[in-house]
Amino acid sequence: MNEPVRRLSVVVLVMFLALMSAASYIQVISAGDLNQDPRNVRTLYREYGTFRGPIVVDGESVVWSQSVDSPFNFQRTYADGPLYASVTGYYSIVFGRTAIEQTENELLAGTADSLFWTRLGNLASGETQRGASVELTLSAAIQEAAAAALGDNTGAVVALDPATGEVLAMVTSPTYDPALLASHSSAEVNANYQELLAQEDGPLVNRAIAGDTYPPGSTFKLIVSAAALEAGYEADSELYAPDELPLPQSSNVLGNYGGAACSDDERQTLADALRISCNTAFANLGMTLGWGVIERKAKEFGWGEQLSIPLAVTPSRLPENPDRAQTAMASIGQYDDRATPLQMAMVAAGIANDGVLMSPYLVDQVRDASLRLIEDSEPEEFSSPMTTADANTLTEMMVGVVESGSATSAQIPGVRVAGKTGTAETGTDERPHAWFVGFAPAEDPVIAIAVLVENGGSTDGEITGGRVAAPIARSVIEAALTERAGG
Amino acid sequence: MSLVLHFAVRRWASFADPVLLPAVLALNGIGLAMIRRIDFAYADRGRDTSFGEVQIVWSLLGAALAVAVILLLRDYRLLRRFTYTAGVLGLVGLVLPLMPVIGTQINGARIWITVFGRSLQPAEFAKIAFVIFFAGYLVSNRDTLALAGPKVLGMRFPRPRDMGPLALVWVAAMMVQIYERDLGTSLLLFGIFVAMLYVATERLSWVIVGMGMFAAGAVLAGTLFSHVGSRYTAWLHALDPEVYRSGASEQLVRGLFGMASGGLFGTGWGEGRPDLVPYAESDFIVSSLGEELGLTGLMAILTLYVIIVQRAMRTAIGVRHGFGKLLAAGLGFAIALQVFIVVGGVTRVIPLTGLTTPFLAYGGSSMLANWVIVGLLLRISDQARRPEEVRA
Repeated sequence: MNEPVRRLSVVVLVMFLALMSAASYIQVISAGDLNQDPRNVRTLYREYGTFRGPIVVDGESVVWSQSVDSPFNFQRTYADGPLYASVTGYYSIVFGRTAIEQTENELLAGTADSLFWTRLGNLASGETQRGASVELTLSAAIQEAAAAALGDNTGAVVALDPATGEVLAMVTSPTYDPALLASHSSAEVNANYQELLAQEDGPLVNRAIAGDTYPPGSTFKLIVSAAALEAGYEADSELYAPDELPLPQSSNVLGNYGGAACSDDERQTLADALRISCNTAFANLGMTLGWGVIERKAKEFGWGEQLSIPLAVTPSRLPENPDRAQTAMASIGQYDDRATPLQMAMVAAGIANDGVLMSPYLVDQVRDASLRLIEDSEPEEFSSPMTTADANTLTEMMVGVVESGSATSAQIPGVRVAGKTGTAETGTDERPHAWFVGFAPAEDPVIAIAVLVENGGSTDGEITGGRVAAPIARSVIEAALTERAGG
Repeated sequence: MSLVLHFAVRRWASFADPVLLPAVLALNGIGLAMIRRIDFAYADRGRDTSFGEVQIVWSLLGAALAVAVILLLRDYRLLRRFTYTAGVLGLVGLVLPLMPVIGTQINGARIWITVFGRSLQPAEFAKIAFVIFFAGYLVSNRDTLALAGPKVLGMRFPRPRDMGPLALVWVAAMMVQIYERDLGTSLLLFGIFVAMLYVATERLSWVIVGMGMFAAGAVLAGTLFSHVGSRYTAWLHALDPEVYRSGASEQLVRGLFGMASGGLFGTGWGEGRPDLVPYAESDFIVSSLGEELGLTGLMAILTLYVIIVQRAMRTAIGVRHGFGKLLAAGLGFAIALQVFIVVGGVTRVIPLTGLTTPFLAYGGSSMLANWVIVGLLLRISDQARRPEEVRA
């Protein structure tokens, strides 16, 4: 009976060989497919279970991964969540990622190509993979000042460093706490998300760059002014500024806010027209210049551009082939003009930086877990929409707006602030949007800013942009000046 | 524990195979570590389990039982006297779960009995009883079964009237599959019988007839009974989204995901997520091990089994009595086939069944029964290797 026992042991060997080949097939050959299978929750756990790098503002982590005793190993933690939500976004097991958490995901997760050598080093030293830290260009002081100044108003504040394009502050209101969506309980996250979605004022919307675009109102007169200066106008060039301007090909008549007169003799300099924000003068100027000139200037300032800072920015829009009446309306920032607050901050920054517009960006540096520099952002020029001389002229005109025009409430003692207000009608019975666009100090700007307060204006006059939005801007500018003086 | 065992074997079975015990202990240890680790994983998810502690108790009991076997059974040949007693015991064990009151159905399979609040799988013990019965029966009747019968295509086929025992076991196996809904046990019993029949008669024809009968029966059962059929579907189309969504292959596929994430070298102890697979501590402990120890670890574990089985086979060759040969070969093959059925089920070589992995998986019955097998093998090998003059 020994022979069959030997054969039986061969059969047993064959059986085990079959098992071994099956195991090899599963664990090596088809492992890739199985690991990519969407039903494989391990992939999710692996991604969400690695140490994710922090998001840093002014050298301090505002978002980091806290080691916790849960299947995910780490809890994404948001210090000052609502303050930075518009920039950091959230990191949710149910709804994925948004904003920086999304755009810089590969770096934060540690899977980016640029981290290859870091990963190799970790492999050699046996350390676990750790994500890189992303340092933002934001300034904590300016961001806090902007959020505090905006308060409960619905709107947004964007502040740029005109010399580099660094985004110093990006605040949207109302906001939310990303921690609500970062919980590890799907049910809790779902409930919180539905609640946020249900709120009418849309706390999840980043009004600064990706909300509805807004009619820029009188702040658009900066573009028309820039186009006029390029066309040969000067600050003291006289414009036709009637009390009422009949619009061509229509029975409509364009007046000024509150029916006020721009001047006694229907003549006004370009600087004065900007200072008191005279609608009839700019509407007439726009028709004289022609839409093509204005459109080109607006595009040089960024209209129509799909920006990625690296958050995706909704392109600001312009009307297509407007007739003369529409051109008149568009020249004062109404009709089909639309802009994001970031776009208007870029207008201010371009003028502030001697006519050179720098591309806005949010990510300053990326460092791996051992603090080695992986990426360092270099300021990039976006365009040169104005000559230095024209930019300086327009700057002086904007200083006039703050010193003795529609934006006196943006004045700061001892500092020359340049600005322009706007009150944009929304076409409905709702109250208009209030704008302030500006920069300071005028001779050596450290901050360019755009403030939008949704439905924050009243219909009683141009002064509303100055009354609602300008004080907010002033607080933010003061914070920037304090920081610059201290740092 | 291993030291005590070692000395016990040295003292009372000094010529026993020296490789068997360490290999079994290694497997038992790996299993304990894995189960304890899965306890922690469950605890993380708020599910308090103490599989690890319980398993340690079972392991100790099992080892004690093995020593008891070695101690009490000074000569394995005594077992031959109990051939038919064992046969009856085996049948009773097999049928027990079908009895009212004590029979319990868990997860669709009716293979448990509940005694004193503990569920046991009598089939695990019935397995040993059947091996003893087969060995005793076959050693007495091998000549009839081997020599008589018509010759077809150069092979001598058994006479129909000698087919009785085979048919009986076939019926029993089919009953298990249908009434207890347990393909694994049925395949295990039938496989052991056919293998031992082959060893006893040296006739390949028995194997062919036996496998043909089982295949026919299995296909028939698959078509006639939906619960058997769904097992087959889950096996063949495990990754099919529809089958997966229906839940039929969910456990299997999750096990595959686990093993795949382990890859070549595994995630390392405590680094994987074996708790994502249902029954990670018992039926799917192999996928848990595959995940955390990788293909490398799984290969090592399978190799340990190969060593155990091959030592059993070596014992069978070395032993001088026909009964001992059959017993050792049968017990060794029982372990091999059981591993094949479980691991094959998890790795999609064969349809998934509910057997436990010997020595590794959580489960008292299996642990005790397999340690008894080890005790028997140690006793047989001791007698096989003992020098002639001492044995006299």
